[in-house]
Amino acid sequence: MPGSIRGCAMSRSDPRRRALLAALVLGALVLLALFGPAASPYSYRALDWRHLTAPPGFVAEHWLGTDALGRDLYVRTLSGLRLSLLIGLLATLVSVLIGVAWGAAAGWVGGRLDAGLMRVVDVLYALPYLFIVLILAALFGRGNIAVLLLAIGAVGWLTLARVVRAQTLSLKRQAFMEAARAGGLSGLQMLRRHVLPNLAGTVVVYATLMVPQMIVYESFLSFLGLGVEPPRASLGSLINAGARQMLSAPWLLLVPATVLVVLLLAFNILGDALRDVLDPRQR
Amino acid sequence: MSSIPASAEAHGASGEATALLALKSLSVRFAGVPVVDAVSLAVHPGECLGVVGESGAGKSLTFLAALGLAPPSARVSGEARFGATELIGRSERTLDALRGRRIGVVFQDPMGALTPHLRIGTQLTEPIRRHTGLSARAARARALELLEQVRLGEPARCLQQYPYELSGGMRQRVLLAIALSCDPQLVILDEPTTALDVTIQAQILALLAHIKRERGIGLVLVTHDFAALAGLADRVAVMRNGRVIETGSAAQVFHAPREPYTRELLAAAREPPGPAAAAAAADASGTGAPVLAVEDLAVHYRRRAPGLRRAAFVALEALNVALAPGESLAVVGESGCGKSTLTRAALRLIGVAHGRIAWLGRDVGTLPERRLRPLRRALQLIFQDPLASLDPHLTVERLVGEPLEVHHRALGAAARAERVAAMLERVGLDPALGARRPHELSGGQCQRVGIARAMMLAPRLLVCDEPLSALDVRAQRQIGALLDALRREQGMSVLLVSHDLNAVRRLCERVLVLYQGRMAELGPSEALLTRPLHPYTRALLEAVPVADPDVQPGRLGAVPLSERGPPAEPGGCVFRSRCPLASVRCAEEHPPWIEARAGHWVACHHWERGADGMLRA
Repeated sequence: MPGSIRGCAMSRSDPRRRALLAALVLGALVLLALFGPAASPYSYRALDWRHLTAPPGFVAEHWLGTDALGRDLYVRTLSGLRLSLLIGLLATLVSVLIGVAWGAAAGWVGGRLDAGLMRVVDVLYALPYLFIVLILAALFGRGNIAVLLLAIGAVGWLTLARVVRAQTLSLKRQAFMEAARAGGLSGLQMLRRHVLPNLAGTVVVYATLMVPQMIVYESFLSFLGLGVEPPRASLGSLINAGARQMLSAPWLLLVPATVLVVLLLAFNILGDALRDVLDPRQR
Repeated sequence: MSSIPASAEAHGASGEATALLALKSLSVRFAGVPVVDAVSLAVHPGECLGVVGESGAGKSLTFLAALGLAPPSARVSGEARFGATELIGRSERTLDALRGRRIGVVFQDPMGALTPHLRIGTQLTEPIRRHTGLSARAARARALELLEQVRLGEPARCLQQYPYELSGGMRQRVLLAIALSCDPQLVILDEPTTALDVTIQAQILALLAHIKRERGIGLVLVTHDFAALAGLADRVAVMRNGRVIETGSAAQVFHAPREPYTRELLAAAREPPGPAAAAAAADASGTGAPVLAVEDLAVHYRRRAPGLRRAAFVALEALNVALAPGESLAVVGESGCGKSTLTRAALRLIGVAHGRIAWLGRDVGTLPERRLRPLRRALQLIFQDPLASLDPHLTVERLVGEPLEVHHRALGAAARAERVAAMLERVGLDPALGARRPHELSGGQCQRVGIARAMMLAPRLLVCDEPLSALDVRAQRQIGALLDALRREQGMSVLLVSHDLNAVRRLCERVLVLYQGRMAELGPSEALLTRPLHPYTRALLEAVPVADPDVQPGRLGAVPLSERGPPAEPGGCVFRSRCPLASVRCAEEHPPWIEARAGHWVACHHWERGADGMLRA
């Protein structure tokens, strides 16, 4: 681990402790996203004409302040967090399903199937991603969450398919695979018993690291106005709105941006720690 | 600093015999646990100190710590004096001036110790220029001179080559040249011959003895193999669990060891010749048909040749061998001779170019994989690297139970667990280890798991690919004994691939010697290992080190110091470029496979001349 700055800083802490800490932060964020909005007297779309653009702490009811329409920023941030999390997790799930199936098939079967499948990945990689999202948005209307999911998920699995393929290829060359073959296992049995379980660690780690990436994609699309439509909010659309009033009402940018940063950090630390914990040979 | 001849300076300071390197209660701790525990050792000028012990005994770490090369998490205490300089706790700068300059080090892994993308010349001249400030031209001349001293075949060409172009033995010579490059007073060698073939090992050992004599420098030879020390070491230190448990002159330790542990290690190194293995009684179901038979088997690998052309590499050619039920056959030869290829091809794990393969009397050469699967249970395989051959994410219990899960699906979980526990006990594993994963076991334990897995289906043939070479000496003996006992109990056949001729003699009735993919000699192990007919077999036998300091120097003295000649041109006998008996006839026609004595076959035109010269004891 020494060598990288992060490695130096983290090398002394036990990866299990790091994973636990990150998981606790994530759990708290998820609980807040699930129950926070309901526990508040305000809805994410309720307008409060008495308090427009109120800074945090200015009025007791809106402790994180309000936006230009008087909507409670605390509730909006949490419901934005909920939407961002939902999109991030769903998009990751879709990516993992496609990516693992695609990559494992290519790596395991090899030959022409491998070449064919991987060329498809190459072509998709080469397509301008933003351009496709624009077309999809134009075709299906903006703010369609299913389209958003599809657009994000379509990108995520490409890298995962490559990772899984590479991992499968290296597993195939391990001595214990030869042992399995000499033991009379069929191809499917080898795949089920020895390949997929050994992929699991990599995939879990990669998926954990992919969730924040997906959330960033969503935020990015929402920031560009291609994602969720008002009055619904995601962290990205909140940051977009906040950025416009950055000078007059900085809290509108700072609050959702802080939540986003904490969320991404927690996911990244969890992913890194899981990588250390899950590799059985490094323990 | 000028380059003063090593011995002059060492003796110059005072008349008395001051130690070159003196360790005084040197300890290394990891997280409070002592791994090296109060070690005190000394090396004097012109002397070779042999440090012997099993893996994990702390042998290498002791000297790495003395040189400031222990991992950063290690806590080093005690003293390590090099001449008058204390090494422990000194700055990197001070140590850098000594390491490579006054103290040369040769690390264990000749593959890993050279930088893959730099030419040998660059890697060799770098320390010379850094420590002596010679010009590029002078450093190059010095490098050439060094490569000649370590007897590399074509030194000028070697300087231009990359590490991957060299064989293991050549790399070890280069590493030795680097260690010697600045006229060090002391060279520390960490398992310098472990990764090498016996014949190459003998050459390197002979070269070390020669260099020690010529230069009069101090040597530290760290090894797990007592036999490698005989004939080289003047004094021997035996280490166990981080402690030095016995030190003494070589003669004393070899002939009159005090500690029982030393005696055990010596006994493992000195296999009593004893009676060769006898055939196990074949079980009742045994028909007369051979368990495994190959006829005219050939395996070719496609290999990228220089340029874009792909050339076929002949890994095996014209192989005929059959194993009777209950018989044990050993396959020996240097690395790359096709031993492992033979096992894989015979088990139909790799494609063959041509030839017939029969299992239990049934021709399986053309069966599709799907039809082979149910037959595979009768022929099981044990691997060289026990850890790599076990799926890292499965527990021991699941690993050993897997063959049953696959081949006896009707068996319930409880019945399976029972049979797994019984098998674990049979191979000498505590059933409580069942919940562990492979990386939590020692090498010997992993190999026992591998054996338990293979034995689960009561196979008729056990193919063992170097099952002992990754293990410690004591584990080697135990695992060898276990294999032998299982063979007798089950009446199964064993095909053992090994380079350890002592183990072969103990475990197998017949021996097949391969050279460059061709059969050189096949015969009863007793006859073949004491009265070999083929010159290659004789070279192999002469290269085996003997753990006796009275005999070994003579044997080493007979070994040529330089590496073997270039591979033979195609056609004729493949061994002729290394053969002392080679004649014109050998270059013209391939020697026929003839039965020279009853059951003793050889492929050599001059076997009768060879048979006269009995093997030196």
